[in-house]
Amino acid sequence: MKSYNLTYKQYGERAILINWPSKIEENILKDIINYKNKIVNYNIKSIVEVINTYNSLTIIYTTTIDNIYSEISNLKSIYKKPTINKHDQNYCWDVPVCYDQEFGFDLQEISDVNGIPIDEIIELHTGSIYRVFFIGFLPGFLYLGGLPKRLHLKRRSTPRLMVEKGSVGIGGTQTGVYSMQSAGGWNIIGKSPVSFFDLSKEKPCFAKAGDKIKFVPISINEFKKIQVEVAINFYKLRNQVIND
Amino acid sequence: MIKVLSPGFFTSVQDEGRFGYGKFGVPTSGAMDRYSAKLANHILSNKDNDALLEITLGRCNLLFNSQAIISISGADFSPEINNQKVRLNTSIAIHQGDILTFNKPTYGVRCYLAVKGGFQTEVVLNSRSFYEGITRQNRVKKNDELAIKSYDFSLIKSVSSVKVQPSHFKCTTIEVYTGPEYNLLNDIQKEQFSKTLFTISKENSRMGYRLQEHIENDLGSLLTSAVLPGTVQLTPSGKLIILMRDCQVTGGYPRILQLTESSINNLAQKTTGDTFTFKIVPLN
Repeated sequence: MKSYNLTYKQYGERAILINWPSKIEENILKDIINYKNKIVNYNIKSIVEVINTYNSLTIIYTTTIDNIYSEISNLKSIYKKPTINKHDQNYCWDVPVCYDQEFGFDLQEISDVNGIPIDEIIELHTGSIYRVFFIGFLPGFLYLGGLPKRLHLKRRSTPRLMVEKGSVGIGGTQTGVYSMQSAGGWNIIGKSPVSFFDLSKEKPCFAKAGDKIKFVPISINEFKKIQVEVAINFYKLRNQVIND
Repeated sequence: MIKVLSPGFFTSVQDEGRFGYGKFGVPTSGAMDRYSAKLANHILSNKDNDALLEITLGRCNLLFNSQAIISISGADFSPEINNQKVRLNTSIAIHQGDILTFNKPTYGVRCYLAVKGGFQTEVVLNSRSFYEGITRQNRVKKNDELAIKSYDFSLIKSVSSVKVQPSHFKCTTIEVYTGPEYNLLNDIQKEQFSKTLFTISKENSRMGYRLQEHIENDLGSLLTSAVLPGTVQLTPSGKLIILMRDCQVTGGYPRILQLTESSINNLAQKTTGDTFTFKIVPLN
């Protein structure tokens, strides 16, 4: 596997930032996750958190880093170690989304402005399989890669003050599900009855970096049925193991 | 039990914060001014991570339904018990039925009320720190009842008070390290950062402080990356945002500066209209 030229920088008193080339690429993500797993596997007591994004790892320490040079050389030696095979399995998750205009209230406008029929927007959005790059912005908010070019749409010029939990949006080159009620500037095309952040679960987020998401269209009636099942903790998301 | 008679401008339960959940997008939270929070806990020989009440800009009234030992650190809101003035930074005995009143600020923005044994509110993801969407509430409301441990105040050993440097509240220099994208700035921008007297705008909260001044900016946005409390972001409009304890775990604006841990505490005691300059200090 390709090895990248990484840059290491101290970020404040307690963190080290490692940067990959500034690109959104699956190979880069794979290298980042491998490195992250190796660091986590070392179980270094002074490390409290390792956060990955598209092209970076941020390693947060419990206290001030005393010797940055030895810390960085320690991390560099971990990068060179062989990949760990024994880590969490990745899954592809089927996420139900209702694209009815009751929920997808920007569909008509997007269709008019961009000249794409609503049916085609839904077909394009559900036809792609998205890679989870990381979680950020809100608890449980997945940053997804793989939105078809035809659906790259400008953000709304004025963000909405309140977007409901579960709303599915498109903003620029990205698509995602609002895991909590929030202000937001994305175009809303549907809504998922599934919880992306559930504190009653041992792992509050079902998906993690490296997983995949497939959006499956459902009717309003199915939406309501699943909503009830989710509320009584009866709904089980469908998933498949992925090996890639 | 403490009953909230009036919550004041913004009051919440905080401990040191929520660690290890950034991978789920969960912010750290925790006391804005960790120095003062730690001091309040130390005075009572509590643990550093014991939960306390963070009271912003005073005007808060609390009724104690049990006896307790408390300490108050941070901003001075001229606290009174049953209309009798009490001192900051010392142990105070509380009788059942006492009313603790915080008045308007004399200095500082956030004060910390510690109780012996810590507040016993709900623990979510290993922390009692309030945060919208994580804990049931994000602020203390009128008539809320906050669980505390009852303590016999005859146990108070010392009543000496700790002296805090006034500079903790009054300093006009905020010490910073250069941030990951500092080197993207040109010389004019760097000079603007080091010479400008910055003013805190009215948009300041536990999430972040927006500053009024404007820096010429042609950097645009970055690929979304991790951010930390104390990160100074330069937005496309040229305005600066200093992220605070409740900030999101990722952001897309260039991270120009990073406040030192103690400067985050200093800034937490400043509010709308306060001014300061940045002073870059070396890392290590």
